[in-house]
Amino acid sequence: MTDALAVERLSVAYRVGGRDRAVLRDVSFRVGRGEAYGLVGESGCGKSTVALTAVRYLPRAGRITAGRVTMDGEDVTALDRDQLLHLRAHTVSMVYQDPGKALNPTLRIGKQVAEIFMLAGASQTQAQERAAEILRRVRISDPKRVMERYAHQLSGGMQQRVAIAMALAKDPALLILDEPTTGLDATVEAEVLDLIVQLRREFGTSILFISHNLAVVAKMCDRVGVLYAGMLVEEGPTAELFNMPRHPYTVALLRCLPRAGERKDHNRLDTIPGTLPAPGAKITGCPFTDRCALADDRCRRELPPLIDLGGRFARCHYHERAASLPRQTPAEVRLPTAHPDAAPVLEINRLNKTFRSGDHALRAVADVSLAIGAGETLGLVGESGSGKTTFARLLLGLLPPDQGGVVRLDAKPLPPLLEARTEDQVKALQIVFQNPDSALNRAHSVRRIIGRALSRLGGLSGDALRTRLLDLIQSVRLSERHLTVKPRQLSGGLKQRVAIARAFAGEPRLVVCDEPTSALDVSVQAAILNLLADLQAERQVSYIFISHDLGVVRYLSDKIAVLYLGRIMELGSSERVFDGPHHPYTEALLSAVPRLEADQPSRIRLVGEIPSASNPPSGCVFHTRCPRKLGAICEEKEPPFVEEEAGHSLRCHIPLAELVKLQGKPL
Amino acid sequence: MSAIDTSTETDRSPLRELIAALGRSRTFLAGAAILLFWILCALFGRYFVPYDPLADDIINSLLPPSAEHWFGTDQLGRDVFSRVIVGSRDILTVAPLATVLATVLGTTLGLITGYFRGLVDDIISRIIEAFMAIPVVIVALLAIVALGPSTLTVITVIGLAFSPIIARTVRSAVLAERELDYVAAAKLRRENALYIMFGEILPNVLPPILVEATVRLGYAIFAVATLSFMGFGIQPPSPDWGLSVSTNYGMIGGGFWWTVLFDSLAIATLVVGVNLIADGVAGALDD
Repeated sequence: MTDALAVERLSVAYRVGGRDRAVLRDVSFRVGRGEAYGLVGESGCGKSTVALTAVRYLPRAGRITAGRVTMDGEDVTALDRDQLLHLRAHTVSMVYQDPGKALNPTLRIGKQVAEIFMLAGASQTQAQERAAEILRRVRISDPKRVMERYAHQLSGGMQQRVAIAMALAKDPALLILDEPTTGLDATVEAEVLDLIVQLRREFGTSILFISHNLAVVAKMCDRVGVLYAGMLVEEGPTAELFNMPRHPYTVALLRCLPRAGERKDHNRLDTIPGTLPAPGAKITGCPFTDRCALADDRCRRELPPLIDLGGRFARCHYHERAASLPRQTPAEVRLPTAHPDAAPVLEINRLNKTFRSGDHALRAVADVSLAIGAGETLGLVGESGSGKTTFARLLLGLLPPDQGGVVRLDAKPLPPLLEARTEDQVKALQIVFQNPDSALNRAHSVRRIIGRALSRLGGLSGDALRTRLLDLIQSVRLSERHLTVKPRQLSGGLKQRVAIARAFAGEPRLVVCDEPTSALDVSVQAAILNLLADLQAERQVSYIFISHDLGVVRYLSDKIAVLYLGRIMELGSSERVFDGPHHPYTEALLSAVPRLEADQPSRIRLVGEIPSASNPPSGCVFHTRCPRKLGAICEEKEPPFVEEEAGHSLRCHIPLAELVKLQGKPL
Repeated sequence: MSAIDTSTETDRSPLRELIAALGRSRTFLAGAAILLFWILCALFGRYFVPYDPLADDIINSLLPPSAEHWFGTDQLGRDVFSRVIVGSRDILTVAPLATVLATVLGTTLGLITGYFRGLVDDIISRIIEAFMAIPVVIVALLAIVALGPSTLTVITVIGLAFSPIIARTVRSAVLAERELDYVAAAKLRRENALYIMFGEILPNVLPPILVEATVRLGYAIFAVATLSFMGFGIQPPSPDWGLSVSTNYGMIGGGFWWTVLFDSLAIATLVVGVNLIADGVAGALDD
């Protein structure tokens, strides 16, 4: 039987500035019938180019320089225009990362989906019926209602379901999913991934699954290929490849991820030094040589072939030694000495924020109280829309809170707005933003960005400023040559280092880290997390660490606050919150996270989206989605926020002892 | 020590990239060639024109174009070719100065309204809109009647009249910029509003300002020519194009088309040239 997709010795180049730059080099793999094949790698390694080439959708500058792609037995590279249209219309479907952009904003969902059936020759009424049917199959419970809507009226998860429904509508032989859940909340991601697993079973579709997220690929795919610098460096059955990687790059990539239970005070993440070769760079030997601790002269000289290891392949001369790859970052750490007994740096008491527009009132932060000690990290988790960023902006004084709440910095009341704060108070609270492209002024040089912060916050000038500037960039592991460049000339990781240096310019007491690594590749993320841990150990600075990535939060945090609709649902030490017993919402968040390790024992799923904060549910705000709802009491009475055991508080009607019992066994 | 990812210091600065893109844009190059031609005429025209553009020669008045007088002569026997070449001088001084005034004023207003929003924005924006509702020529005429015709008045009037349009463009660009986190970061180091507007935001909104200013320059040339035509702009005996069209257009009926045509064409080419430049700049910035 023919493969759904066979890529043979494919090379693709982009023509930039009059020169061909190779982005794919001699890539071969095949996706069998009904198989799910995963393609992983960091940004810039050529994942999406594979997908685009498969459907001959390369941008104008891109061109296949060698090799072929056959889909369902047909040579895609040899098709003429009409045949290509036919292929795209019948054989292959793609689902992209951003469903909001994949759907037409001016057409009702029903019309968009029905169009596909009408193109295939169905009448209008038939098409409508079949559209409703396919939407039902992607588990949209009320397809008629959804069909009446426009894309912007649907949540991200719902949009992606519609996109998947449209992709499946023509029953394609191959479904290409390009980062289908990146940018979705973990709970929604879990739902969409579950859906894809179920649909695969029902439709028997072959899948090419592209993702930077190793855990997602591990969960979804039968076989996995690892791309590096446009080359396939390793391929094999998923479990084997992740449990016993045979290429140093795969080994290193896996080590960058914080494993369950790994924490900043007893283990450092490994990193991958250097960067990916630029697209089109001349590569003579192995592309990973410069960043590989196992590399020797032979690696520099000759490109290793894809060595057959019996059902799996690795492009490494020393594949048998891959697992013994020396760490690039020593594992030992200086233990940060948190002083839990000392007076807290920041105390927050009943902080509220209501946004009003006309008659609408949206309670974004509701009665939040907590305290953070010196050198301590508070992890703030929750789905998007739970009020994490609003809370951070309130603390920084960028937004005015509602009357009544009290925030104390070093036991002294902190004026709510920035303008009213003293210089020392402003210096004490700083932030590292999520997106360095927005956070760093693109018109300014790195020297100006950090220098200005030092002169304004550190009160420095002249030689003192210069000395301090050099110290500071050194402590964030930047070098002097980075000072003259503009942010756009730096990679994502380096930009974030600049942002961190700026936040530390005034010797802050507490730094809010708002998803500081979510835009970064895992190897860069590991380096940034190590840096944050180092800075904390050196300077006893406290962090409020906001992230949707629970693994990252767990690695860095001493304490965790779980937010839902602006309310703290659970607050406690990192171990308590993660190991349980936990609030049902925390439990759901945790079980939504795809893991590299074998299947987690209990899996509960949240259904639906987070309700609107302008119209929160009565009683316990979580009751509409709670998998462990007791009954009427949850709908009628808001549970109190109770310290159930020392340093561990929950907002739930279910007693702690009961939660222990419930969470011991699967739902 | 953790690893350092090296930067990708391969790409060029935005300015150099813009210049390279402009070099590839045929639209821009065509416009630039036309403008450069007129600038050279304004600067050096008087040294190489065959006749003194101001010298009367009544005996040879109203001659049609010939080998001696390429563009013919006017009512007073002055050489039209020489007048057209040298006539670029006044308009190429007045229009750019008016545009610079409009840009500086408009940018300041745009930064203030876009950055502060709220009441400040409401008040200034309503005034700007009211101002824009009155046709430029009417405002100009009123001002010139009140202040008396002079080059300075023309510059001031056109500069003021065009500033609201630039202010609106700048304001909308600033509205997007002020939401970016670098503005919040600046507030978190206690920068004042003046620094945030001019030191942080302004460098990032320069591209749209550049495009708008070039477009305005085209309109300013047209406005200056119009005012001169109506007798409120550049004053005789300057060989200014608008002025020449104004003094001679009564002659068309008599068949003396050359007294008007070449000055009109000069105005047209200059406006078209500047607009080509504006298109080229806008295109290069979009790439």
